[in-house]
Amino acid sequence: MKTTQEVGIVGYGAYVPRPRVPTRAIAAAWGRSDEARLPVREKSVPALDEDSITMSIEAARSAVARARVAPDRIRAVWVGSESKPYAVKPSSTVVAEAIGATPWVSAADLEFACKAGSEAMQAAYAFVGSGMAGYALAIGMDAAQSKPGDQLEFTAAAGGAAFLFGPSPEAVARVEGSLSYVTDTPDFFRRQHMHYPEHGHRFTGEPAYFAHSRGAAQGLLESLGRRPSDYRWAVFHQPNPKFMRRIAAEMEFTEQQIAPGAVVDRIGNTYSGASLLGLAAILDVAKDGDRIFFCSYGSGAGSDAFSLLATRRLEEVREEAPSVRDYLARRHEIADYGTYLRMSGKIRLL
Amino acid sequence: MELPRYHRMRRALYHLEGSACAACGGRFFPPRSVCPSCRKGDLAPYRFSGRGTLYSYTRVGQAPRGFASLAPYDVGMVRLEEGPLVTAQLSDTEGVDLAIGMPVEMVTRTLRDAAEHGYIVYGYKFRPLLRP
Ligand SMILES: [Zn+2]
Repeated sequence: MKTTQEVGIVGYGAYVPRPRVPTRAIAAAWGRSDEARLPVREKSVPALDEDSITMSIEAARSAVARARVAPDRIRAVWVGSESKPYAVKPSSTVVAEAIGATPWVSAADLEFACKAGSEAMQAAYAFVGSGMAGYALAIGMDAAQSKPGDQLEFTAAAGGAAFLFGPSPEAVARVEGSLSYVTDTPDFFRRQHMHYPEHGHRFTGEPAYFAHSRGAAQGLLESLGRRPSDYRWAVFHQPNPKFMRRIAAEMEFTEQQIAPGAVVDRIGNTYSGASLLGLAAILDVAKDGDRIFFCSYGSGAGSDAFSLLATRRLEEVREEAPSVRDYLARRHEIADYGTYLRMSGKIRLL
Repeated sequence: MELPRYHRMRRALYHLEGSACAACGGRFFPPRSVCPSCRKGDLAPYRFSGRGTLYSYTRVGQAPRGFASLAPYDVGMVRLEEGPLVTAQLSDTEGVDLAIGMPVEMVTRTLRDAAEHGYIVYGYKFRPLLRP
């Protein structure tokens, strides 16, 4: 898919909260001692005064700072998340107000499991590309939910990124094209009355993550007449280190291409934030002329793929805001499971 | 119900928006309608940069009503680079040795327990610089 007007990412910003929980603390609480099988060493969790709104605000401010755009020129703020603080009341209005984009702005929260953030990117790309908006902000951010004791508890993490789309001449990365690939696949879901999502065990791998990532990625490469080797960098959704590496290898992307965006290795799976945070980490290192391949995945299920081309402006504005590396470097360890439960809001009074 | 009050204060809470006096150049936070220095009433909204230094601080272990979910936490007085002194909660200070004169920056966080009706108040706090 391509827009009639040329569009680019004109600013980006990341966020990862400071607290980290070692996964061995979670394993110990549940009587598991097999450390070798833990998918990641530690995961990021929000501080007591953080949620997906406050994290989105900081990432959005960084995106606006790098773009050097007056916030009242932003015509859309779309937040993709599956950990909205309110069941009814948009997160996007708080974010729009906090960055100074109100009142002449479209705002909405998007929902599509871990694909919500890249769906916001598709919408922002189209909104600018149609000429309806000069600038549109897309955010993917989560303080991921997981059931205590569930396998997902070892990876469900917090963080994400924001991308401001705007006119191509101002781009830090031009958008060359995008594609979405969606089917009805019941791999992961949560009804309104449930506190934690269910996953359809055997459904999560091949028919879900792999089939949809492959569909969107191959479809976009074919439509652009490109091969994986035409790209300097690539990022896929990263529910765990294994899935991301398996799809990359199968598509014939190398470890070198995905390494800078492999944030899951350091902090776990940030759900709606995961592929976007990986893209932000790649923009932190990409050089003028580097091609970047992006592919998200969300349960339910679907993937969004983007082809991007980094510009010289990327290197000029990079230092205007903290890098993903800055956020990964600041950490405070929460070693006891009780404190972790309190911080993730999992202690409920009956 | 304090909703109208929070709504009225949102520019101060989200942007650290105070006021600046056209007559004497004084800058104030929270915003004033009459200049406390020269007594003129010609004040315009002014957004502070959010950068400042720690003037004093203390740890709150026994939180007052409405703040229990955040305890323990630090509260500080911050000297904004534009002049005013602001009292606010400090964030991301666990394990950090706070010191008077330490540079801090504004962040937006939840300010208190969600009220009984569930409303979440977001506003300014200060943290040690993310990139020192
Ligand atoms: Zn005055």
